[in-house]
Amino acid sequence: MKRLFLVFALAMALLLAGCGGDEKKAEEGAAPEKAAETAPEVSKVTLRLAMDADPVSLDPQVQLSGGMLQYSHMVFDPLVRWAKDGSIEPRLAYKWEQIDPKTMRFYLVQGVKFHSGNPFTAKDVAWTLERLKKSQDFKGLFEPFEKAVPVDDYTVDIVTKQPYGLLLSMATYIFPMDSVFYSGTDDQGQPKDAIVKTDHSFANVNESGTGPYVVESREQGVKTVFTRFADYWDKQSKGNVEQIVLTPISNDASRVAALLSGDVDFIMPVPPQDLERVQGNPDLQLVIMGGSRIITLQMNQKSQPAFADPKVRQAIVYAVNNQGIVDTIMKGFATAAGQQAPEGFAGYVPELTPRFDLEKAKQLMAESSYPDGFECTMIAPNNRYVNDEKIAEAFVSMVSKIGIKVSLKTMPKAQYWDEFDAQVADVQMIGWHPDTEDSANYTEFLLMCRNAETGYGQYNSGNYCNPKVDELILASQIETDLAKRSEMLQEVERILYEDAAFVPLHWQNLSWASKKGMSIEDIVNVQNFPYFGDLVIE
Amino acid sequence: MAAFIIRRILQAFMVMVIIGFIGFAIKQSLGDPVRELTGISVSAEERDALRDKLGLNDPFVVQFGRFLYNAAHGDLGRSFFYKKPAMEVILAKAPATLELVFCSAVLIVFLSVPLGIYCAIRPKRLFAKLVMGGSTVGVSIPVFLTAIMLIYIFSIELHWLPSFGRGETVNIHGWHTGLLTLDGLKHLIMPTVALSSIMLPLFIRLIRSEMMEVLENDYIKYAWAKGLPPMRVWIVHAFRNTLLPVITVGGVQLGVMIAFTILTETVFSWQGMGFMFIEAVERADSSLMVAYLVVVGFIFVVVNTVVDIIYGLVNPTVRITGRK
Repeated sequence: MKRLFLVFALAMALLLAGCGGDEKKAEEGAAPEKAAETAPEVSKVTLRLAMDADPVSLDPQVQLSGGMLQYSHMVFDPLVRWAKDGSIEPRLAYKWEQIDPKTMRFYLVQGVKFHSGNPFTAKDVAWTLERLKKSQDFKGLFEPFEKAVPVDDYTVDIVTKQPYGLLLSMATYIFPMDSVFYSGTDDQGQPKDAIVKTDHSFANVNESGTGPYVVESREQGVKTVFTRFADYWDKQSKGNVEQIVLTPISNDASRVAALLSGDVDFIMPVPPQDLERVQGNPDLQLVIMGGSRIITLQMNQKSQPAFADPKVRQAIVYAVNNQGIVDTIMKGFATAAGQQAPEGFAGYVPELTPRFDLEKAKQLMAESSYPDGFECTMIAPNNRYVNDEKIAEAFVSMVSKIGIKVSLKTMPKAQYWDEFDAQVADVQMIGWHPDTEDSANYTEFLLMCRNAETGYGQYNSGNYCNPKVDELILASQIETDLAKRSEMLQEVERILYEDAAFVPLHWQNLSWASKKGMSIEDIVNVQNFPYFGDLVIE
Repeated sequence: MAAFIIRRILQAFMVMVIIGFIGFAIKQSLGDPVRELTGISVSAEERDALRDKLGLNDPFVVQFGRFLYNAAHGDLGRSFFYKKPAMEVILAKAPATLELVFCSAVLIVFLSVPLGIYCAIRPKRLFAKLVMGGSTVGVSIPVFLTAIMLIYIFSIELHWLPSFGRGETVNIHGWHTGLLTLDGLKHLIMPTVALSSIMLPLFIRLIRSEMMEVLENDYIKYAWAKGLPPMRVWIVHAFRNTLLPVITVGGVQLGVMIAFTILTETVFSWQGMGFMFIEAVERADSSLMVAYLVVVGFIFVVVNTVVDIIYGLVNPTVRITGRK
């Protein structure tokens, strides 16, 4: 019996040997992050929020991504922001006026405090813009901007290099940072305003904005807790959420399960396959909105001579039943597209509708220089866009009906973009959401002639190149008469449509779901920056 | 004996170097971490400058040499996403995984030993047949499916158990444990069951078959003939000899369990090493991925080496023949 016990003890010791070694190491290891384990007080109005990702940093200028902008709207305030109807509404700037073609004057709200307690003035706006122009991710967007000049404490002039029609839209990206707080050096002797992507920086782990929420604790990738800022300047806001607990749940099924089981109150996005479940649940509400991320396929005219023939390109566009893809693969959770920009954008042309017509496609192929069809290659990501792989497979079978044999390869996004840039295939999938929330941006990146120096056509793997299109886009950039600008951009969309420059598929919808009794309908928008500061929970 | 131990330790060291090499080779084809760190509209030059800064443009040999040099100094590189040393990230995530594995191991031990013994000594009983039938089914259902079914039944339909995460944890000297709070324990139940579901049937069958084999031996027949009480024959004489192969397999399976946590953790958003690894692969956070492979490889190697050495102590014949 004693020996039996010995053997058992050995077995247990083994179990611990697997763990024990690490246990010690964990204790010796560097101090772990501050625990974010305070249970929310019952009395507080708390929003338990699950998104597909959490902010990668606390520095609003370190990365330009949807997740970071959503974070910026919680902890910082922009000068102005998008309203639901697509207009621009005041935030830290309550009024603005164009004082000359290159200058816009912003009048700032007085008495605003940063989370550190420092007062917010025009100086902070100037400092923030200067830092944006240094940020790897934002410098491109702010290239047209010259500088911000404080006139007095509560007036600031923003000056552009050329007259710039999108000045006000871009002001939605200026989230003033606390220049006093972010100046000087941190305890590691590094400047506090450094923008660092892969290493420690003061701004990555500290924040001081003017926004409705203060970051109380953060465990990256696990949980971030936000508390309502006591001195928040916007007393008009009806928002009553005192605490937000943000948990990233990247797995679609787990995120939906967390909402259905009542473990979280609000999720974004809702995967298409679960929309019906959420909709059919009487305790939940679902908000869906047409988005502006277009999913397209580019046909490489350099690597595949067939695509240089406009008839072939048109045949392909006619052969693709993108409404069918929306109905079956996307479960109706997208809008079939015939052009790049969705309704509401400056370049939108109502009559450019999707054109599925198999007969016409066959006829166009017969008229082209490839009446017997041809073979080509294609790549698509399999974890970047909603159902991307299935969409690519559908495309392959659709064009097979007009004699085009496509060999498709899909891969995870981590590998996809290098392959995309190298243009390894004749047909390549790309989705695009314009950072400027404007029509021109699509064409600048996806369809202008490739130019390594200016960066235009950076993602134009179709190598479509039309001087007329370039000319119109460049002219639109310095056109401040918005009606005229709109006409130019609509002209571009018409040319692209005629030329079948690319294969338009659909715009992905946006979706949010929450428990009943929350005013989520009022705080979400087409930019997908929910204004949580204004959220009311009954 | 000393020679045997030294030989095993040298082998273990070789295995570690090979793991490092393979992990590093995978890293090269994993994708481009810089893409994950920059907005889509950042220019190609900017991205290339960042790659230069991170040393990702150096030739493979240079990068691997640097990695070995740093690893020898205990530095497994930095995680791009967490902006911290990879080792630090892994150690912060380790408690979650180890607690999960530990709870599953306990559950497996406590269920498989009695069930396995019972099925061996009363193989014809209905209950034994049910257990064996159930274990066949258990082995063939993938972990993630079990996990999803559990969530569906206990979280969505019944609202009894939380569907994701670790819940409330207590910090003890940097070890965040979920074992000390009711909330934390509640969060542990489903992941533990899901993770056990694969191993439990295996151990029941293993114990049963080993035990049946032992029961055929002459010395057991002799024990019966002596008229010893059944309990003594089964537990002391038979089960003791059953345990040796079970320990060996158990050691190896412990490593496998750590690997299986990847699936379980992903479904439950359990913030452990496995979940971290999957995310690192998706983000092309290559240093973190390699560091994870090295750490898990290290655990594997240590466990196997310890098992072998113990086995060598218990059963001297293996020292001569060499099991591998």
